[in-house]
Amino acid sequence: MHDLSPSGVSLPAPSRRTVLRGVGGAALLGAGIPLLSACGGSGSSADPKTVSLGSNSSDAVPKKAFAEIYAAFTKKSGLKVDVNTKDHNTFQEQINSYLQGTPDDVFTWFAGYRMQFFASKKLATPIDDVWQKIGGNFPEAMQKLSKGADGKYYFVPLYTYPWAVFYRKSVFAQRGYKVPTTWDDFTALCKRMQKDGLVPIAFGDKDAWPAMGTFDQINFRTNGYDFHVELMAGKASWTDPKVRKVFDHWTELLPYHQEGAVGRTWQDAAQTLVAKKAGMYLLGTFVGQQFTDKADLDDLDFFAFPEIDPQFGQDTVEAPTDGFMLSKAPKNHDGAVKLLEYLGTPEAEQIYLKADSSVVAASTKADTSSYTALQKKSYEMISGAKSLTQFMDRDSRPDFTSTVMQPALQNFIRNPKNIDSILSSIERQKKTIFASS
Amino acid sequence: MTATPAKAPEPAAPPAPGPGPTSRPAKTPHGHRRLLTRRDRITLGLMAGVPTILHVTLVWLTALASIALAFTTWDGIGFGSIKWVGLQNFRELFTSNPQFWPAVEHNVIWFVVLILLPTPFGLFLAVQLDKKIRFSRVYQTAFFLPVVMSLAVIGFVWQLIYNPDTGLINSLIGANKPGHYIDWIGDPDLNLWAVLVAASWRHAGYMMILYLAGLKGVDPALREASALDGASEWQTFKNVIFPTLRPTNTVVLVVTIIEALRAFDLVFVFNKGAQGTELLSILVTNNIIGESSRIGYGSAIAVVLLVISLAVIIPYLIATFRKERRA
Repeated sequence: MHDLSPSGVSLPAPSRRTVLRGVGGAALLGAGIPLLSACGGSGSSADPKTVSLGSNSSDAVPKKAFAEIYAAFTKKSGLKVDVNTKDHNTFQEQINSYLQGTPDDVFTWFAGYRMQFFASKKLATPIDDVWQKIGGNFPEAMQKLSKGADGKYYFVPLYTYPWAVFYRKSVFAQRGYKVPTTWDDFTALCKRMQKDGLVPIAFGDKDAWPAMGTFDQINFRTNGYDFHVELMAGKASWTDPKVRKVFDHWTELLPYHQEGAVGRTWQDAAQTLVAKKAGMYLLGTFVGQQFTDKADLDDLDFFAFPEIDPQFGQDTVEAPTDGFMLSKAPKNHDGAVKLLEYLGTPEAEQIYLKADSSVVAASTKADTSSYTALQKKSYEMISGAKSLTQFMDRDSRPDFTSTVMQPALQNFIRNPKNIDSILSSIERQKKTIFASS
Repeated sequence: MTATPAKAPEPAAPPAPGPGPTSRPAKTPHGHRRLLTRRDRITLGLMAGVPTILHVTLVWLTALASIALAFTTWDGIGFGSIKWVGLQNFRELFTSNPQFWPAVEHNVIWFVVLILLPTPFGLFLAVQLDKKIRFSRVYQTAFFLPVVMSLAVIGFVWQLIYNPDTGLINSLIGANKPGHYIDWIGDPDLNLWAVLVAASWRHAGYMMILYLAGLKGVDPALREASALDGASEWQTFKNVIFPTLRPTNTVVLVVTIIEALRAFDLVFVFNKGAQGTELLSILVTNNIIGESSRIGYGSAIAVVLLVISLAVIIPYLIATFRKERRA
């Protein structure tokens, strides 16, 4: 969660406000009192011509892409968007106190349980009025993703991206590999790659979240979407034989994974795919960011995680979705609604996608003609899916996934033989966490 | 306190009979002695009061609040969601948290390693540098340099050395290929020791400076006397110099205990306390900071850390005060 990336430096010229926020954040880290940072609130008084927006897009590419959307909005509506960018990970860590203090009118966030959590805590304003205008722009799966547990809308999705198995076309062509669609094909391919001196599956779990993606894929291929939802919501038991089956499959696959995963970042693992030392890599499409050479990027392709149980086929796609929410008491409610309506238009999505080609539009109305081959394929995969999942830490309680699941999965990767004790330990801890609130 | 600016005579104060303002505290013929003007008292009150309020609210109240919170569950959203759960957090911590006991163990290992390896090494360096050998300033600077750097920065530097794929060590010895692969950061049997090397690298310099200061305080007459008695260098050190370093040793012990208990930044940068490098401080952070935090549970871990710290600090304070009273 806290990759100390240099992106934190890419803040705009620090206004007094961002400096104050920073001080609040430092106090939070230092003293561990989240309430302190609530003082670092917005200093601007309500200006009917301005909408303030808190953003976690601290990386250069998305930051610029968003800035272009806001500029287009200002041109159209005459309303200024006052953007407050914070380092991506810091934003996530402080979201709790940020939303309880004096947050910006609109803020960037993720779909799924994480959105519903803040909605149910009344830290966000429902935006059914916005959805009356933008509803037609989105497929049903996206509409479902944007609703809180109370059935009201709280979220405007902007873009999404699928998780899949990535590979180099040239490597597959040169060695005559075929894209596997079933589990047996998949393991056979892994075996062949190993014989050919390749690392079959690149893997880096130093940041502890990539392994959750592998778990999700094997889980909903083995047990289906409904079980995924039940398990993530804390309803199904982790000692259920169904979960055990997921880990049995994973254990079968582990010897084909890159050695020493717990000490490697996903970026380093991606480099082995770039260097053609690894045959495949299970990750989100953002893996493309590591392909800095255009020719290499054109060589990148992916396929859906192979079928395990024919009953479920490949009908579920993991597609984390990012977008916007309205804070609990926006200073400029009308302006914020206008901004959200604009963000829900295909036009806004197209502006974003022009600058960031690693993701696809959440809206079905957005123009796909300028998509790269990878984007087109991602789009088809998502629009053809029967069910969309988010990601383990977006579909479940983040405190459960970060304090229990992340270390447990790292433990499993190190010692797959310990799986029974790991699972009963997860179940024990899950019960207390889900019972607490 | 008389240094307060502009000592304008207070209207209520009797006129000073003396020649200058210096005679102000002089005895007035009748009435009580006025040591401080009202302004002085306000200044004093502010100077003592503001820090006291800050200290009480930021140190004592928060410490007491986290002790209280250790018996509750709280997701950090509004005060209404605080629920009293008694000892449940502690029960859960001691019985079902797979990271807790390793974390305690690692904190202990951290202390034992620091006191057994870099501390004697720091003493060794200090003794050598104390002999006024050539370039001793250069050596001194070289060994002290890591102490000046933040542990977070040291973490980044050592990560470059330990990175299993592209790091210095594995590249040199060729241990980054499948089959013979050394995972310095991810292997729970290795990573704690890898981090401890980095921590020791810094700690040795720190100890060296402390001991160097202690050695400067050793009376040269003692050395002379032992030399006259025909003691060898080792005998002099063992029987004369080292016993006089007793106060320094106490400081070193306390500093090392503190270093072991507050170990955090290096590991957090290195691998966030994953498999094999769990520490109490990191467990506290992981549970408290985040979008939906377990503040009660995190506080319970913090309380355990506090109890351990007190168990160390209280005997030390008692010993120190006893010595002072005797003196």
